[in-house]
Amino acid sequence: MSSFWERLLGRRNQSGSGTVAKQRLQLLLVTDRSQLSPETIQRMKDEIIAVISKYVPIAHDKVEINLEQRQRDNWLVADIPLLRNAQHGAPPESSAESPTAEDA
Amino acid sequence: MAIRQSASRVITITSGKGGVGKTTVTANLSAALARMGRRVVCIDADIGLRNLDLILGVENRIVNDLVDVVEGRCDLAHALIRHKAYPELFILPAAQNRDKTAVSPSQMIRITDALRPQFEFILIDSPAGIERGFKNAVAPADEVLIVTNPEVSAVRDADRIIGMIELLEKRPPSRLIINRVKAEMVKRREMLSAEDVTDILSIELIGVVPEDEAVLIAGNRGMPEPNSRAGQAFTEIARRLLGENVPHSHTDASQGFFKRLTRLFTGSGTRQGSVFDE
Repeated sequence: MSSFWERLLGRRNQSGSGTVAKQRLQLLLVTDRSQLSPETIQRMKDEIIAVISKYVPIAHDKVEINLEQRQRDNWLVADIPLLRNAQHGAPPESSAESPTAEDA
Repeated sequence: MAIRQSASRVITITSGKGGVGKTTVTANLSAALARMGRRVVCIDADIGLRNLDLILGVENRIVNDLVDVVEGRCDLAHALIRHKAYPELFILPAAQNRDKTAVSPSQMIRITDALRPQFEFILIDSPAGIERGFKNAVAPADEVLIVTNPEVSAVRDADRIIGMIELLEKRPPSRLIINRVKAEMVKRREMLSAEDVTDILSIELIGVVPEDEAVLIAGNRGMPEPNSRAGQAFTEIARRLLGENVPHSHTDASQGFFKRLTRLFTGSGTRQGSVFDE
């Protein structure tokens, strides 16, 4: 009977292997198309964060850097919120001990 | 999409992965176009593993092949085999005892250029893989048809092939054929739907072919069967190639509430040969 209601409401079997296949492929193709492994992407993210924090304080916990697919193009999309009370133009003294290493 | 509407069109059928149905698609699409009165030649570029001749039932009539033409042992005209049931359909078979390196991409371009004045459609059946055979097959293409199946490995390989075609200098437009869809499994969400695959690959869909034992039977006989459900799907693809606006059948997900309601109570819905019907 539940299948009657599911069919009436057009509900899809979210745990069906077809759905799983789609999700797995979408994740995999990001790597295939960019030829960047997940590890490489993570290392790149860490370095981008390190470079930016040399110049301006950023909210490390809210940084989002992701590879996105738009049609058949890859986009590297970064959302990097700056800290509100940042002192402009003054790079932090202790740039050597950048806080980004433990951010990963 | 800008498609060359000049006298002739070279269309390469490829897939990356083997066994997804490139040769059956080439054979059936060529036959469908010929049935519509279009002059068609299909070239088997799978040197060493020729099969297009077998699917089209001309395997006993081969005298010369693609490599004989390339190496100057015969005229192009003497290598073409005319199909007995479809007088507008010609086949240029691959060599069976040579390998892919027997032909180069520029030789393929020369051969298709020589065929262009006489044929409206030149369909090339590409071998599987991404190496020389594939490069030969896509070199002369004005358009590409990517064949895939609704399974993870075939979709992944199709994506790779689409990426490689985007890198070609000529950048021929690619369209997608999803072959061997099992409507009943899609309904249970145990198979990627045509929408899923199109979504993932982000290229234009030109047709969906249902899994249909008539395709195997037609291959056994060496004679395409236009009246089967798969045969009808091939005819639809041929019409779309000719620029006709043939609507794609809808899926459950894209149907409205009332259509589903009707289908639920009448046990049917649209019967337009939809692969998504039971």
